[in-house]
Amino acid sequence: MQTPTPMPSTPSLTTDTSDVLQLLADRFGALDTSSFRDQTRIVVPESESLEVLAFLKDSGFDMLVDLTCVDYLEYRGAKRRYGLVYLLASTLTNQRLTIRIFVDDPVVDEHTALSDGPAPTDKPMPTVRSAVPLWAAANWLEREVFDLFGVRFLGHPDLRRLVMPDAFTAHPLRKDYPLQGRGERHNFPILTRDDG
Amino acid sequence: MALELPENVVVSKLDELANWCRKNSLWPMPFATACCGIELMATGAAKHDLARFGAEVFRFSPRQCDLMIVAGRVVMKMLPVLQRIWLQMHEPKWCISMGACASTGGVFDTYAVVQGIDRFLPVDMYVPGCPPRPEQLIQAIIDLQDKIQREGTITGREFNTVERQLRKRALVESADLLTVDASRNPNIQRAMSDRSAICRMPTN
Repeated sequence: MQTPTPMPSTPSLTTDTSDVLQLLADRFGALDTSSFRDQTRIVVPESESLEVLAFLKDSGFDMLVDLTCVDYLEYRGAKRRYGLVYLLASTLTNQRLTIRIFVDDPVVDEHTALSDGPAPTDKPMPTVRSAVPLWAAANWLEREVFDLFGVRFLGHPDLRRLVMPDAFTAHPLRKDYPLQGRGERHNFPILTRDDG
Repeated sequence: MALELPENVVVSKLDELANWCRKNSLWPMPFATACCGIELMATGAAKHDLARFGAEVFRFSPRQCDLMIVAGRVVMKMLPVLQRIWLQMHEPKWCISMGACASTGGVFDTYAVVQGIDRFLPVDMYVPGCPPRPEQLIQAIIDLQDKIQREGTITGREFNTVERQLRKRALVESADLLTVDASRNPNIQRAMSDRSAICRMPTN
């Protein structure tokens, strides 16, 4: 009986990210990094978020798989309120990385808060820099986060609401927004048979 | 005084003749947004064959329909569209609210889902179920046919309310027939404007 020939070794397509982490550490110093079931997560301070993302893109992470957000309001052990999630992938090496950027609501000056009230577009919001210059895929993803969480992306070319109607004023996936809304779903004209 | 009628002549009321025509050729407008729409399609397909009841001509233009079947949940972004379609339909027209979501919001008790279209539209028949079986929808159509035969009039008097009659009379008296319609009715104007004043609510 013929013994099966061993498979020829393929060029290594490793998902190990230690080389990237080493490059990052050389460039940006120690970042908060953790790993769970071969998935690597890096927490990046907002101040150098765009630099890190640009560096990673140049290192081969050419694909932004997803960009979303988590509201950690009243979450056990959470220190910052909003945690942005960037899921990066390299189509060349199959490596994947998760980047977390944590931001807070800006501190509102009492005097401005008590004045006539800012226009909806000028509401104080947590702000991060947009990743659209790096990945075009970030465009709608950032609009979605802006719509549902109220996080503003500086430098975004077209930061409008994505899913909720334009006239909507709240950000419904924030944890302090009531599940059943604030009456928006009941705020419509009532048509009767009299209306034609 | 007895009038001699030939055997091939039937005497009836014009209202009943109109009702008989209308109820047996309902043209549905399928407003299908969810799984109820699948059952709606099954109702129109060969097995259940809505054509047996004269209501098989689904039209995707509201201008050609007289029965709107709202099948599925309606979200707040969709409701102005639904109202606009309803206003675009010619009279006489009827509305079936099909399934739990269209009738009450169903399990979707969230900020974005309208809790029953009858809050904002006139509804003639409600179909329970999640989703209802085609037989249930057919039953609703049969019941609607009964209602049309029972209540219908050739002039659509059954839709008249006091308010509407007053408006019509004012129209006739003013003789200014061109200013009828939407321009005087704030409800219609809001529903027809592209961005109706939805969403803005006091936050407390």
